[in-house]
Amino acid sequence: MSTIKEVQEDIINEFEVFEDWMDRYNYLIELSNDLPQIDTKFKTNEYIIKGCQSKVWLNADYDDGKVVYTADSDAIITKGIISLLIRVLSNRSPKEIKETDLHFIDAIGLRENLSPTRANGLLAMIKQMKLYAIAYDVKFGNN
Amino acid sequence: MFDIQKVREDFPVLRQIINKKPLVYLDNGATTQKPRCVTDVITDYYLRKNSSIHRGVHFLSSQATVEYEKARETVSQFINAKNKHEVIFTSGTTGSLNMLAFSFGEKYIKEGDEIILSEMEHHANIVPWQLLCERKKAKLKVLPFNDDGELLVDQLEYLITEKTKIISVIHISNVLGTINPIKKIIEIGHSHGIPVCIDTAQSIQHVPIDVQKLDCDFLAFSGHKLYGPTGIGGFYGKEKWLEEMPPYQGGGDMVDEVSFEKTTFNQLPFKFEAGTTNYIGAIAMAEGINYIQGIGLSNIADYEHELLEYGAAKLKEVGGVKIFGNAFARTPIFSFHIENVHPLDTGMIFDKMGIAVRTGTHCAQPIMQHYGVDGMVRASLSFYNTKEEIDYLCTGIEQVKRMFL
Repeated sequence: MSTIKEVQEDIINEFEVFEDWMDRYNYLIELSNDLPQIDTKFKTNEYIIKGCQSKVWLNADYDDGKVVYTADSDAIITKGIISLLIRVLSNRSPKEIKETDLHFIDAIGLRENLSPTRANGLLAMIKQMKLYAIAYDVKFGNN
Repeated sequence: MFDIQKVREDFPVLRQIINKKPLVYLDNGATTQKPRCVTDVITDYYLRKNSSIHRGVHFLSSQATVEYEKARETVSQFINAKNKHEVIFTSGTTGSLNMLAFSFGEKYIKEGDEIILSEMEHHANIVPWQLLCERKKAKLKVLPFNDDGELLVDQLEYLITEKTKIISVIHISNVLGTINPIKKIIEIGHSHGIPVCIDTAQSIQHVPIDVQKLDCDFLAFSGHKLYGPTGIGGFYGKEKWLEEMPPYQGGGDMVDEVSFEKTTFNQLPFKFEAGTTNYIGAIAMAEGINYIQGIGLSNIADYEHELLEYGAAKLKEVGGVKIFGNAFARTPIFSFHIENVHPLDTGMIFDKMGIAVRTGTHCAQPIMQHYGVDGMVRASLSFYNTKEEIDYLCTGIEQVKRMFL
């Protein structure tokens, strides 16, 4: 299995072929379709991460030392970015997730989507993903 | 009419490239751009004229005081107030409405009293009254609107009781563009002896307002939506109310004599202007008012109506767009959904095309609840917008449809 670093490099390479924002956004729309469906029981207020304008639902399970994330959003571009985050962070150990610097977002020109003023809830989502990792680490990790 | 290209040259911010495209600024409901004369006044004041008003005997202070009071005169004439001391400078519409709710509430509202608002209020005309109701155990009542975005004014009579103490309504909806029949609302209120406040944040820059003809008791507006700077606005109140109402904030300038035993308050309008006010903001706001008066409010209203008709027809033509609000009388504010596309996605694609719109709930969540939506895309136009920009908005909509549907 590729390391987190390798996956991030793969994504950066994939995005490099796109000449303008429209191609990048079209690709994100395509990726949004690939995001595995989250179990509907997690699409409740308990699992919601509130952006101001779009909703994000996130669940994390712990399976054999790895954190497995599932998520969804009602906005498509947000969902596309989520699918990238899951590709990078899901199925990793809590320690890896905690220590990862998600530099790919910047490199593929999506940094503006993570500014604190953005209303899509992505920044809060990343924080929540890391919090899940910390929680599972405390619960099951061998610190 | 006026020369639109010449007008656009007065607004340097409009001449720029955003995301490699010429800026199409359609977010005037949130804030309007500033003509160069306004920014020139601000720069000139800070560079050469700055001095605190109402304090010093020296030249600069006297000059600033004169200019500040001249700005009050400008606002007073602009809304045709009977007395210029009925105009109070505040931080904006929100500041004005908070002042009214607090000060009026302290004096006149007691347990069990009722306040009437409409369903299409901006949060600024809801929350201050809710806070008041919590403090005084008073009650809010709401005048509803129909799906076309028109207030059901006939129901007002049924909402009014002997406990109703004030009615506060938005003049033009920041979401639906509806021009509400405030004259009628004021008449109904007055027939029961109830004062009426109008929130003109979205109207004072679009249609001529005459407080004496309307006979409104209070009025609130913002400078930054009136081609002036941010952080300044105005509050109008009839003299008889302002004389009776207690001060909102205490501090310098609003006092007559101060001792630790007792303080007496300054006369109007200073009673309501505690501390060092945003005097440069007020002077620059007056410059903005002079600027639009130079173009002519009725010319502006005519041209904006043309934009409304053109835009409404174009958006209908483009297809797959649901527009919220279809009132008979309205301004060019288009709140819409591209069907089956999230407003945030629409806004993000527009941004990449250089189109600035607002997405979300527009500080009017009860309107979203009325239509059962989480948010809307809003294009709000001003007199410096063009029909070509409306065409480009439609191009943007086609682009979004191609990408998401």
